Amino acid sequence: MDRPRLARSARLTFDRTRQRPVLLLPETVVVLNATGQAILERCDGRHTVAEIEAELRARYRTVPDGEVRRFLSGLVARRVVEAGDE
Amino acid sequence: MSSPFGLLAELTYRCPLACAYCSNPQNMADYAAELSTEEWRRVLTEARDLGVLQCHLSGGEPLLRRDVVEIVAAASGLGLYTNLVTSAVGFNRPMAERLRAAGLDHVQVSIQADAPTLSDRIAGIPSFHRKVDAMSLVKELGWPLTVNVVLHRQNIDRIADVLELAETVGADRVELANTQYYGWAWRNRDALLPSRAQLEAAERVVRAARDRLNLIYVLPDYYSRYPKPCNGGWAARQLTVTPNGDVLPCPAAQSLPLPRASVREDSLARIWADSPVMTAFRGTDWMPDPCRSCERREQDFGGCRCQAFQLTGDAARTDPVCHLSPDHHLVADAVTAADRLTDLTLVPRPHR
Repeated sequence: MDRPRLARSARLTFDRTRQRPVLLLPETVVVLNATGQAILERCDGRHTVAEIEAELRARYRTVPDGEVRRFLSGLVARRVVEAGDE
Repeated sequence: MSSPFGLLAELTYRCPLACAYCSNPQNMADYAAELSTEEWRRVLTEARDLGVLQCHLSGGEPLLRRDVVEIVAAASGLGLYTNLVTSAVGFNRPMAERLRAAGLDHVQVSIQADAPTLSDRIAGIPSFHRKVDAMSLVKELGWPLTVNVVLHRQNIDRIADVLELAETVGADRVELANTQYYGWAWRNRDALLPSRAQLEAAERVVRAARDRLNLIYVLPDYYSRYPKPCNGGWAARQLTVTPNGDVLPCPAAQSLPLPRASVREDSLARIWADSPVMTAFRGTDWMPDPCRSCERREQDFGGCRCQAFQLTGDAARTDPVCHLSPDHHLVADAVTAADRLTDLTLVPRPHR
């Protein structure tokens, strides 16, 4: 995974009913937490995984090693995020 | 009680196609008094307030509604993710551009087979070439495209060619949906049900294609060991509004002997929370054995209530698809018959 980007069909938004960030897709809704939102906001095809991780560390105290990559790998497997490999 | 994520807005049951596998109700005349534009606006607003995030505009053929662009604009304006489920008949360039401007997020185009002769025979009208053109138009205007094919005895052997077509048009997702035997399809069940040999050949093709395609394969539940999980539980995640304003957990539930609930008589929030059609099978308290004591009860939710009713006459029984159901022979017999049958004639559904 190099520079991940959200799938073209995905839309990141905030659900005021559930008071949670959500990712909307043709047949799926992924309910996120604030960290998930912060990661996906940076999945723009320009940030590398390492850059996303660094920006998250600046914002949150603890970001376990490999956590961002694990989260994104799961979403790549579900085709919610494109890996963005060259 | 949870909030629903998705609304299936069945705008009309009118359709230019006459597919024999259609799951629209057999008594279509009961749905002729369609909701007005204003009523749909209210339904969408109430749905959003209830927590709905996705709106699937379906039917019948939703493009037969003259106000479909206004309805899309209303849904999109509320922040809903809007998905048009269309046969592509009526999806010409001017219409597509208006829908794009109205904020439509995603288009799903159905096709009946990989080539004109068979596709048009199943659809009942010449439509194959228009569908392929519409798929290209969806891509050209920058939408994500899902190609949907309902699988049955008469087209399941063509699955490799269908996938090739989907790749050629640049589909982002391909949905291969084995026929669900409700509504009109129930009437044609014996002619639609594939043989085990057909199914096994198809599933080999599907497995081989999974790596290169975003493929959704809707299982043929008659051949499954366990039943399908009722939309993640009865009235838990999804709701349906029919063309005349009836509210249901899913479209098939119109067949159950439950009191009607209509957006013309009550608010969506009250219907979702309190109406018998929503509460009848919510949760697990209603379950008989073998479901009640089954470790999969929160996974399968007892299977499909509508199928249980259709096959046994009692909506509160275990879905006979489950191999643990005392009524499983009802499904097993149909499957055995499908292996012996030669091809039967399909009865096309009427257009309205």
